[in-house]
Amino acid sequence: MARREIGEINAGSMADIAFLLLIFFLVTTTMDVDSGIARKLPEKTDVQSDVIVKEKNVLDIVVNRNNQLLVENEYVKVTDVKRLAMKFIDNGGGIGTPIDDKPGEPCDYCGGEKDPNSSDHPTKAIISLQSDRGTTYGMYISIQNEIEGAYTELRNNLSKKLYGRTYDELLSDYKDNPSKSLQDKIDDLKNKYPQIITEPEPIK
Amino acid sequence: MSKFKKKKKGLPAISTASLPDIVFMLLFFFMVSTTMRETDLLIKKPVLPVASEVKKLELKSLVSTIYIGKSKDTRIAGDKIQVNDKIVEVKDIPSFIFSERALRKEDEVKFMTTSIKADKEASVGTILDIKEQLRDINALKISFSTSRGNDLSSNYK
Repeated sequence: MARREIGEINAGSMADIAFLLLIFFLVTTTMDVDSGIARKLPEKTDVQSDVIVKEKNVLDIVVNRNNQLLVENEYVKVTDVKRLAMKFIDNGGGIGTPIDDKPGEPCDYCGGEKDPNSSDHPTKAIISLQSDRGTTYGMYISIQNEIEGAYTELRNNLSKKLYGRTYDELLSDYKDNPSKSLQDKIDDLKNKYPQIITEPEPIK
Repeated sequence: MSKFKKKKKGLPAISTASLPDIVFMLLFFFMVSTTMRETDLLIKKPVLPVASEVKKLELKSLVSTIYIGKSKDTRIAGDKIQVNDKIVEVKDIPSFIFSERALRKEDEVKFMTTSIKADKEASVGTILDIKEQLRDINALKISFSTSRGNDLSSNYK
């Protein structure tokens, strides 16, 4: 009787199997990068200290439950907030906050109009965002985004003037190779345009 | 002479023998990088608002996520909050954060971030309540999760 040779297993379908698996994982894979607007909440303190802030150093933004906006008691659109915030922060009409017992100095890097009825100094300029409980979250985020955009643009402008590169470029450089000098530059820009945002109790 | 007849020369077929190798390589990449969703959403999937000034969230292992959205049952109105695998009330947020903290090393706790994934139709009141709770327990780093984009007009309608 003739012995039958056992044939080799055909490996031609291996690629098909692999493809099938590949497509399955391609479809199920989610490489979602979680990104968003970062905020730091103020620490809770037991001591209530009354700080007196001049009216002109506060930019009042009020948004109601119909998503309508008031900036300094004037009806505006969301897209105007950035421009108004930049104008307000960068005004530099007076002297800044005293640092380490040194008297406050006028803002020598501001490009604003130096209007005496607007904010004194970027370190004194406070943005107050009062929302209604019924405001939609999308609107709230849009305003936060505009404010964030205002600060970023001001920092970018100043950074370009001082170091020839934008603030964003400095930040991405710092992520690649953190160095002391870069850190100092970033901190300096942050100190020159600090984000001071307050959110009072919402309107009921 | 026929012995030296010229052989017909055609282009040899490209060998496909290495095709499985390439496919396997891709397969392994996706197998490794894939993450199956570990939390099933009990609420309707939140439609994130769009923002342009976004920062990437670093250190993914230190992020705890709070979902806010509408209930899947359309008859139930109002915002629902989900953490891990259950729907909770605002007052339960601190215990969630404490349980998240318990899972991390002590020196990592101060780098922990709370990511708020809320639907753009959610009301700010809910968000502010949660922020107040987070403030109470000193979880100060938060991130409002958004998708990246330049056209913000879809946020408010």
